[in-house]
Amino acid sequence: MFELGADHQEFRALVREFAADQVAPHVATWDEQAYFPVELVPQLGDLGLFGLVVPEAFGGSLEHSDGGAFTSLCIAIEELGYVDQSIGITLSAGVGLGINPILTYGTPEQKERWLPDLVAGRALAGFGLTEPEAGSDAGGTRTRATLEGEQWVVNGSKAFITNSGTSITSVTTVTARTGVSADGKPEISAIMIPNGTAGFRVEPGYRKLGWHISDTHGLAFEDCRVPAENLLGERGAGFKQFLKTLDDGRIAISALALGCIRRMLDECVAYSSSRMAFGRPIAVNQGVSFPIADLAVMADTGTLLTYRAAWLKDEYEAGRRSVDEVKKAASVAKLYTSEAAMAATRIATQVFGGNGFMEEYPIARFYRDAKILEVGEGTSEVQRMVLGRLLGLPQA
Amino acid sequence: MNIVVCVKYVPDAQSERAFREQDKTVDRDAVDGLLSEVDEYAVEEALKIVEASEGEVTVLTVGPAQAADAIKKALQMGADKGVHVCDDAIHGSDAAATSLVLAEAIKKATDGSPELVLMGMTSTDGVMGVVPAMVAERLGMPQVTFASELTIEGGSLRARRDGDAASDTIEASLPALVSVTDQINEPRYPSFKGIMAAKKKPVEQWTLADLGVDAGAVGIDAAWTKVIDVAKRPPRAQGTIVKDEGDGGTKLAEFLAAGKFL
Ligand SMILES: Cc1cc2nc3c(=O)[nH]c(=O)nc-3n(C[C@H](O)[C@H](O)[C@H](O)COP(=O)(O)OP(=O)(O)OC[C@H]3O[C@@H](n4cnc5c(N)ncnc54)[C@H](O)[C@@H]3O)c2cc1C
Repeated sequence: MFELGADHQEFRALVREFAADQVAPHVATWDEQAYFPVELVPQLGDLGLFGLVVPEAFGGSLEHSDGGAFTSLCIAIEELGYVDQSIGITLSAGVGLGINPILTYGTPEQKERWLPDLVAGRALAGFGLTEPEAGSDAGGTRTRATLEGEQWVVNGSKAFITNSGTSITSVTTVTARTGVSADGKPEISAIMIPNGTAGFRVEPGYRKLGWHISDTHGLAFEDCRVPAENLLGERGAGFKQFLKTLDDGRIAISALALGCIRRMLDECVAYSSSRMAFGRPIAVNQGVSFPIADLAVMADTGTLLTYRAAWLKDEYEAGRRSVDEVKKAASVAKLYTSEAAMAATRIATQVFGGNGFMEEYPIARFYRDAKILEVGEGTSEVQRMVLGRLLGLPQA
Repeated sequence: MNIVVCVKYVPDAQSERAFREQDKTVDRDAVDGLLSEVDEYAVEEALKIVEASEGEVTVLTVGPAQAADAIKKALQMGADKGVHVCDDAIHGSDAAATSLVLAEAIKKATDGSPELVLMGMTSTDGVMGVVPAMVAERLGMPQVTFASELTIEGGSLRARRDGDAASDTIEASLPALVSVTDQINEPRYPSFKGIMAAKKKPVEQWTLADLGVDAGAVGIDAAWTKVIDVAKRPPRAQGTIVKDEGDGGTKLAEFLAAGKFL
């Protein structure tokens, strides 16, 4: 009950080996150069990581997963995240934001057109919800799309969109106002915009505190025209659809944060056992060893919360659990594990002393990378809001 | 073409290896094992050949129960089936005896007519590199060792062997046995699908009796050589420190020249 099955453990060993051999040697350089390793993406595809939750018809392996597909994805994200957080989010966003909406809401033609390349790692897709003026309040989308004849004409902008500007990004799905609903609220729909479409501009990459290896861009749409059939899912269902996508994403971010915590724990144990001060390893001081013990508690708690949520998600897919159970577990896991990851990197930089501040050691990179975990896929405050609602607390 | 790849389960070179006190053999229980890294190149080469034409890849290992892991890894990479020869009497066998068991197992696995046998050039634990030659001899096949490139054309093969000064290109008729270097390809990682598919692939378990090999012909007592002592390598002595007193360059050059590095 408290251990992953043999298949999951074997899969974890595979991703761990790959990450150690093919990712770890390069991440310091990639981070320094803010380089997105586009050549790594097909390798992740070859391992099958983009296809874990995708049916075989589109190149995935869902049918072979014995009902544990989402758990496998979390394992992969955790293990990649242990080596580098940006690589972990590249997979997480690639599947959760790129593939998932198309898989869940796409027409047979849309799936046929986009999924095989995405699953193979020949292409990446982005999902643009956040705007310069609408983040937590994603319903406040200002981007507009109007139907002119057989075309959507899109105008507006998106902010902070992951995987949207790589040389292999094939399409970005964006939410846009497509009219007004019966209840007077804006009608929000999701529209797929192939990269390279006239009127769709990918802004230069941001200068970021962390996640330097991950691809993030602002997007601008000026009279950008796409065929009417690029609507993804039902007209007016854009907001609802995206909310559903978020539950998965939250569990995935929890897995990513868990990779960070476990890495901090391992690094601290090794460093504090060999680093000498006052003639003894620093770990003999309780001031050093106690926070490291706390890291072990964070790692275990994060593991239990993350994989309970992942298991619930897999059970939900099999029709055995309700969506609210998943939602709650996802928010609890994301909230705890991301905040713990932030705390873990603070502990680790302290244990490493001056070296923790130096880019020669991986700790500094993880310290910079951890902050976004408390913000992306719903801030900590948003998680608490979700939980408050699920607990039935009176709402303002 | 059907290909048999011989693979070995070896102690993980990353971990501290230990030897058993009583018979000076490797203590398999003390360390984790894995598919010998060089053998992954042989598996990869076999998969590439079969993918480019047709046929099946059979992985064969002779080893203790844990050696099933080496077969599993090869099946996860894409090999079609496995053969595991496991018999307590084999414990402590030398290269000659191992080659006897392998040769008999290859014959049995191919109904007596192997087409192509691939191996890594040497195991990463014993590092003798003689087993491929011995097996080829026992099977009466051409042996092409240390291949860094391999192409199959009709009834023959071509292989490139890289030496220090020159590279030879060798041609041999099939059936043949080829041992490969780590220059020949880049072994693939298994995929998720590969891991799940491997669980359903057939693995045969054979004993010496199944192969008609006399237990007295193998094992530690039949070995032509005997390990009489095992000692840990002494820790490395501290290196030479050349102090620069204005003549550091000269001293460094002298040091390198004395060691024939220059
Ligand atoms: C590197 C990176 C990658 C990203 N990738 C994507 C992507 O691929 N696709 C995408 O759509 N978005 C993406 N985002 C956007 C991300 O999801 C948003 O930044 C996040 O949801 C927060 O929105 P915001 O930045 O507008 O902050 P705001 O919504 O302006 O929030 C600012 C602060 O106010 C708090 N706050 C807001 N409302 C409330 C409230 N009602 N009660 C209490 N506190 C509140 C927030 O919690 C936060 O602390 C990415 C962001 C980053 C930095």
